[in-house]
Amino acid sequence: MLELVIVSTLNGVLFGMLLFLMASGLTLIFSMMGVLNFAHASFYMLGAFFGFQLSQWIGFWPGLVVAPVLVGGIGALVERYGLRAVHRHGHVAELLFTFGLAFVIEEVVQMVWGKLPVDYRVPPSLDFTAFTVFSTNYPAFKMFELLTAIAIFVVLLGVLTRTRIGLVIQAALSHPNMVGMLGHNVPRIFMLVFGLGTALAAVAGVIAGPALVTQSNMAGLLGPILFVVVVVGGLGSLQGAFIASLLIGLVQTFAVAINLSLADIFGPLGVTVRPGLLTDIWQVTVAQIAPIIPYLLLVMILILRPSGLLGTRET
Amino acid sequence: MNSGVVKVLAVAAASFAAMSAYAADTIKIAYIDPLSGGGASVGEVGYKHFQFIADQLNAKGGVLGMKVEVVAYDNKTNPQESLIQVQKAIDASARIITQGNGSSVAAAIEDFVAKYNDRNPGKEIIYLNYAAVDPSLTNEKCSYWHFRWDASSDIKMEALTNYMKTRANIKKVYLINQDYSFGQSVRSEAMKMLKQKRPDIEIVGNELHPLLKITDFAPYIAKIKASGADSVITGNWGQDFALLLKASADAGLQVDWYTYYAGGAGGPTAIKQANVPDRVFAIVEGHANIPNAPSQELEKAFRAKLDGQSNWYPRAFNEMTMLVKAIEETKSTDPKKIAQKLEGMKITVLNGGDGFMRADDHQFFQPMYIASFGPRGANEPFDEEKTGWGWKTAAKIDTPNTMVPTTCQMAHPS
Repeated sequence: MLELVIVSTLNGVLFGMLLFLMASGLTLIFSMMGVLNFAHASFYMLGAFFGFQLSQWIGFWPGLVVAPVLVGGIGALVERYGLRAVHRHGHVAELLFTFGLAFVIEEVVQMVWGKLPVDYRVPPSLDFTAFTVFSTNYPAFKMFELLTAIAIFVVLLGVLTRTRIGLVIQAALSHPNMVGMLGHNVPRIFMLVFGLGTALAAVAGVIAGPALVTQSNMAGLLGPILFVVVVVGGLGSLQGAFIASLLIGLVQTFAVAINLSLADIFGPLGVTVRPGLLTDIWQVTVAQIAPIIPYLLLVMILILRPSGLLGTRET
Repeated sequence: MNSGVVKVLAVAAASFAAMSAYAADTIKIAYIDPLSGGGASVGEVGYKHFQFIADQLNAKGGVLGMKVEVVAYDNKTNPQESLIQVQKAIDASARIITQGNGSSVAAAIEDFVAKYNDRNPGKEIIYLNYAAVDPSLTNEKCSYWHFRWDASSDIKMEALTNYMKTRANIKKVYLINQDYSFGQSVRSEAMKMLKQKRPDIEIVGNELHPLLKITDFAPYIAKIKASGADSVITGNWGQDFALLLKASADAGLQVDWYTYYAGGAGGPTAIKQANVPDRVFAIVEGHANIPNAPSQELEKAFRAKLDGQSNWYPRAFNEMTMLVKAIEETKSTDPKKIAQKLEGMKITVLNGGDGFMRADDHQFFQPMYIASFGPRGANEPFDEEKTGWGWKTAAKIDTPNTMVPTTCQMAHPS
């Protein structure tokens, strides 16, 4: 029992940090620009495929630097020549633009790398067991993943709240005209923020690619859960996203470990359900619905606390 | 109207005439499977198999002097969309349909074809299923116009458990499957058959997880580990298999894997990355390294032509061999005559050995293999997905030991 609790906690934290790694860029773009980027997971996928390609040519570590730069560049171009033009038509247009962009990116990835998974490996320098808990191994690569996520959180938070650049960026969101009057190039600030956000997505892709499966449908599979993280944490709150990632990671991991169903709980009390419409609900175990629980959380948060855990404005 | 336009129209008319003349001496096979969406990676490979077979036949002068043409229709793995595509294929004068991905799709097509043939006597179509394995298709839902070449999931479990019962080191088994009709049938059959054949085996866990929604299998692996299992049975395919195996490798889980689809797209890559040689078993009707000259020759030609893609579907070759045999022996492409001929037909299957189409339920029976994946010896010339590792036969189950009873009450057309 103790073993399962400790191992589940560790697994939950690791999965939570992976989620944060992916959601940080999305949160950044939303909190600074007010753009809900549906194509975020696609930039994450681009990062994974660029990382894969570069690891073939120049190795994993250079790839970890170059791939985010390339993807960030693409992101900046998308902002400059796509989003900026769409921006004046309002948020719905932006949303639809990024929604369409996600499909375009997926198609391009399929054309270049095909539809089958590619063989993207963990670099040999991190391909060993970091430590062992109750005979369960924890690979060094997962530790690297964890540390990167924490580092990104600390650096981003520091930049946004403690530096002049962060100040200007934040001001540009709420008072763009004033910031412009003060001599800052507001459109360029937005372009840089969007580029940075997509670059962060690419970092997540380069790191998650070898750990998960690098395939052309990886964006679609991951997209929904990122929105859960951002909404539960509070749209636009970096700290919120951090806490929400951990929460979702832990909830989901522990739920998988629980084999209880309603029948197990109420059965001993003498309550039974006749076979029929409700038998499924009666007998389904918590473990079986574990991956759906985050979405339940999303619905509950939107009803009970629309601003999210740490959000400052209504969604 | 100037003369240029007239000329163009004349050419167009002539080519239309040529096309319809052409249509009479082609055998059109409608391939209905996903070519877009999540299933596209698999659907496209299947299409290449059938194209390869058609090219081979045409290179030899076709069948009865007719050219074989495979036309692909994209069903997006969606039963509704599939019926639209079947109708489209019929409108384009195809009377032979083949499909494989997704038992829900197969059930819809089987039902549609039966009803269509009832309404349109003399214009029957025939449905050749190369991969949908839900047992119900040849049991309670069976139809005269449906023929299946892949072993149903019950047959596979029968063969798999016949092998497992000989492995004395299996004591505790964990079941993990995808939560939909196929995964559920794997789970219930495994429980039933293990209980009959090896009552001493303890089933220490029985998990269903949502289909293609899990990114991190670590919590499931922790559970398997906590259960003390020595073997895992799973029907997982695609990324649900790859991610499961990766997570188990990360955690250092040491178990044997008994699978249905370890050989599918990305499976061999994941096994190699997980570095678990000779511990992953798959139940298949054939693999590249079976020592059988004709199939190895074919494998070589196949890989050379399709850029290293290995032959996933020996059953597609068996299907086409039998279709061609039926057409040649009846000297007709009439589905009604083909169906009559296919019933009970015996052939030597691609990988060697006897196979036959059981008349009672139109299920094909053939030798099955338990293959294990690992580093290759001198007798294993082929690897998979450029991993350097390949399949080898751990056990062969002869045709009689794959037979399972059917509940099918076949209604033969008058």
